[in-house]
Amino acid sequence: MEAKKANDYKFDISHLNLHYGDFHALKDVNMKIEANKITAFIGPSGCGKSTFLKTLNRMNDLVENCKIDGNVLLDGKDIFKEMDEITLRHRVGMVFQQPNPFPKSVYDNVAYGPRIAGIKKKSQLDEIVERSLRQAAIWDELKDRLNKSALGLSGGQQQRLCIARTLAVEPEVILMDEPTSALDPISTSKIEDLAMELKKDYTIVMVTHNMQQAVRVSDNTAFFLLGEVIEYNDTEKLFSIPEDKRTEDYITGRFG
Amino acid sequence: MRNRYDMQLHLLDTQLTHMGELCETAIAKVTQALKEGNTEQAQVVIKEDEEIDQIEKDIERLCLKLLLQQQPVARDLRRISAALKMITDMERIGDQTSDIAEIIISSKWEKMDENLDKLTAMATGVSKMVRNSVTAYVEKDLELARTVMNDDDEIDDYFDEIRDQIIQLIREADGRDGRKLFDFIMVTKYLERIGDHATNIAEWVEFAITGVHKDSAVMH
Repeated sequence: MEAKKANDYKFDISHLNLHYGDFHALKDVNMKIEANKITAFIGPSGCGKSTFLKTLNRMNDLVENCKIDGNVLLDGKDIFKEMDEITLRHRVGMVFQQPNPFPKSVYDNVAYGPRIAGIKKKSQLDEIVERSLRQAAIWDELKDRLNKSALGLSGGQQQRLCIARTLAVEPEVILMDEPTSALDPISTSKIEDLAMELKKDYTIVMVTHNMQQAVRVSDNTAFFLLGEVIEYNDTEKLFSIPEDKRTEDYITGRFG
Repeated sequence: MRNRYDMQLHLLDTQLTHMGELCETAIAKVTQALKEGNTEQAQVVIKEDEEIDQIEKDIERLCLKLLLQQQPVARDLRRISAALKMITDMERIGDQTSDIAEIIISSKWEKMDENLDKLTAMATGVSKMVRNSVTAYVEKDLELARTVMNDDDEIDDYFDEIRDQIIQLIREADGRDGRKLFDFIMVTKYLERIGDHATNIAEWVEFAITGVHKDSAVMH
């Protein structure tokens, strides 16, 4: 890999340890996440990949008995010490496994964040809603249904709406926790295409159980096992010539 | 874990071994035919080439099925893709062996005692290369694959020697024996090409084991 400049990395994580009470969920994680790339986290259930993802926008802060040591730098600033969580989550948005639109209209879902941020002007909100829905590749499907309830949309549409809602506040990073595991293949490929389109403007970090998805969309992949990062590499490299036997065994399905 | 998958991969090994054996047998038979000027034996070689073509198709089908069903990654991906490349070379080996047999039949092959020993040694050499390259794949034996690549130099030396000698014979023959000498050099060239194909196979074996093909990374 050629030498990369410091600003090529969005996140720089060093010596991150996370405990849930006595359980050591993340063990000395060190990782640099490249800007404008898609980084995938893979590994068996309970390996710590989702915990790590949530740490990146401090979603674990409220979990009882959760103790975090180490540094997570976003553009060089410590997300625990030099930033409040509101600012952090503004910059680092999240999309979840189950689409979770608010029980509101399509329009109000997307306008929710900007409104909280203080934007009141209708024309400005209209603009944000249209831009976000377009970026999420769902404008054409929803432009005539902006005032209909978001709950009436299909699962795939709901997920893209949630992505639009995330985009509306103009984050820099989008975290996706198994964003397509509840979706059919067509919706899945739409979300995958969308992620690849969005990486031009955003940094994307994705947890996935679908290894072929990691192969298809991601630039870099990290393999987690029992709270440790076993291997972190260029995706094609990791899936063609893995360096660690545990990675090889996991991705070829001969684990355990 | 992945019992069925591992069984399919094992079947791939077995079929490749079988294809390698068919190539070896063909080379042995055609060498015998060369030594004896035996056209019937040459006919057998041509007939049996159909088997090589058939097993190539079978292996191809198995590989495509594995790609489709198992979506292989890492060593499995390397092994299956290497197999797909290797069978093309093995099929060519079958064809070139048949081409030699054609020469024996169509030209009323006259053996040339002067060079026959060298030609036989060359045939034995390429046959061993084919066997070793396939064994290297099945046994995942990198050393053996590299031995095959080195052995090709010896085959090339034989080719050069025989060619020089034929040139000498052409001079001496003063226009006679044109066909005979031409056929002889053709057969030698086919054997030399078989050595090249065995080398190609060995290079794909190296890829299957290391992920590197001819000193360059194929992927990423």
